[in-house]
Amino acid sequence: MAERTIELNVSRNPEMGVDGLPKASPLAPIDIAEPDLGTEEMLINIGPQHPATHGVLRLICELDGETVVDVTPDIGFLHSSFEKLGEYRTWNQIVTLTDRMDYLAPLIYNCAYVMSVEKLMGIEVTERCKVVRVIIMEMDRIFGHLLWLGTTAIDVGAFTPFLYAFQQREKIYKLHESLTGARITTSATRVGGMMADLPEGWIDQLNDFLDHFPNTLGEIDRLLTGNQIHIGRTQGVGVIGADEAINYGLTGANLRAAGVDYDVRKDQPYYDYETYDFEVPIGEHGDCYDRYLCRMEEMRQSVRILRQAIDRLPGGPINVQDPNISLPSKTDCMSDMESMIHHFKLITDGIPAPEGDCYMAIEGSKGELGMYVVAEEGGTKPVRWRIRPPSFVNLSAIPKLARGHLVSDLIMINASLDIVLGEIDR
Amino acid sequence: MGGLDAVERGPLPSDASATSDSGSAAGESDHPSVAALRAKFGDAIQGDTVHAGDQTVVWIDPARSLEILTWLKDDPGQKYDMMSDVTGVDYGGGRPVEVVYQMFSTTHKRALRIRCKLPLDALEIDSVVGLWVGANWLEREVYDLFGVTFKGHPDLRRILMPQDYAEGHPLRKDFPLRGRFSRAEQTRRALAQDVERFYGPEELVEGGAPQQVAARSEPAEGEG
Repeated sequence: MAERTIELNVSRNPEMGVDGLPKASPLAPIDIAEPDLGTEEMLINIGPQHPATHGVLRLICELDGETVVDVTPDIGFLHSSFEKLGEYRTWNQIVTLTDRMDYLAPLIYNCAYVMSVEKLMGIEVTERCKVVRVIIMEMDRIFGHLLWLGTTAIDVGAFTPFLYAFQQREKIYKLHESLTGARITTSATRVGGMMADLPEGWIDQLNDFLDHFPNTLGEIDRLLTGNQIHIGRTQGVGVIGADEAINYGLTGANLRAAGVDYDVRKDQPYYDYETYDFEVPIGEHGDCYDRYLCRMEEMRQSVRILRQAIDRLPGGPINVQDPNISLPSKTDCMSDMESMIHHFKLITDGIPAPEGDCYMAIEGSKGELGMYVVAEEGGTKPVRWRIRPPSFVNLSAIPKLARGHLVSDLIMINASLDIVLGEIDR
Repeated sequence: MGGLDAVERGPLPSDASATSDSGSAAGESDHPSVAALRAKFGDAIQGDTVHAGDQTVVWIDPARSLEILTWLKDDPGQKYDMMSDVTGVDYGGGRPVEVVYQMFSTTHKRALRIRCKLPLDALEIDSVVGLWVGANWLEREVYDLFGVTFKGHPDLRRILMPQDYAEGHPLRKDFPLRGRFSRAEQTRRALAQDVERFYGPEELVEGGAPQQVAARSEPAEGEG
């Protein structure tokens, strides 16, 4: 390599101008001998064990200096064959598999799965159950977005939002715990209803969270939204246009940031979402900053939906009053012969389904979460249970988004897509 | 019968009555795309039905799938611009493997499900990556887990299973839950793996790269 001699003609004490900036001094042209640098592209692995990949994701980067020429995601490290396991389990047993996929917003997965099975079987859940499911799904949308917010802020060097976000997540963990007995693996839903009704005082706990959460969100907003460093790291990074985003199958905030007005809650409404008063934030530039803004606004809208849902929460039973679908109470089971038979049949055989298939899409925290179930006549187990994972499709766009950016931008782009590897690998 | 017998045997086979051709099942659909498809393609539309209350399913001829799907994407009356999902279904018992396309039109706010039956001895269909880029990974997954070959796919590799996975396609019904190979065979294969596939020669010789890194972290002589 040629010897490199650089002498910069810069005065140690540059004269200040009236504006407080150093006066522009005509610099002598610097004569640098061209160094003999290698020009071949470099292959760099990011992950699979790397905190910035948000899970066991391996990104094989082809670099020209620090510029990403191409990136090839390598997934499958967390493959647990949930879909195959589901074919050996009855409809209700699968619920426990669902929350292990998106462990950042488990209740959305629980609900999405049972909704598809109920739609396949033609079961209409009770009004109370619908509102309770809306509440827990919107709560987990905040739950998932908060993790995204905290970890993404860390990726661009902001530590405080992470602490604020996790303080609020801890409150939702407590809500999970008092509702289901578990903090992550909730398994709260059953075909035809819920595992249990809301415990006493749970709504007060949720109201308490809703009273404090918007303040914290406002604090995080003040820390990040106008922050020069954050703006510099996110604006104009990972841009995708509206038509392209649709063609890539992007959903959720990633699609809406590109300016496409598509929200499953509005376009294919379920659980009376059309009667709730909320807005769907739409971006216009399709970059990381717009994705950030969309998710921030979605959290505020979720708070609005939660308040409306709490107001309209009706009384009455939470489970479908059909002994062939819902388990009888323990007291009935122990005192009444017929209930005991129903209990036995439900546990040993499960619920028979009609022949057919059903694709139920809901708006998850990561995008359009589809659950596709296929059953044969009278089948108590699915022939096929398929999850349409939003993160999987969103991640497949990362080579397009990252090409031409720096490696540090690749980290931000990956974070801004909001992926969870449990769901990608299943 | 032990509990694990069911695991080895696989899901219970359904009786003959349940194996009827769902494509010819009753349930006329009033979905506007179905009438348009029948008028345009005639014989290539093998059947349609309504499942789960309001979801329209159309079975099409796999040999003409690319032509039909291109029309569904580009025709102004259809405009199914979003490919939500591509997946496979194996019913087992020698019945055809089905490829399922779940589409959504952001223009007309309509969803449509297209299914293609592929006989087990001809598991191949045209790739739709040229129409929807988002189908790339979804088709790779169907290839990986069902063994369906997508003709014209730019990068048809396994995606969830390892590239050198030798046991077959896991979501096929003839694939046992615990894998085709015994635990002993799986262990033997893991141990017999060639380490040079994962490490360069300089990392395998004594005094190679890892040791050099360790030496560098020691304090240099003459300091302090």
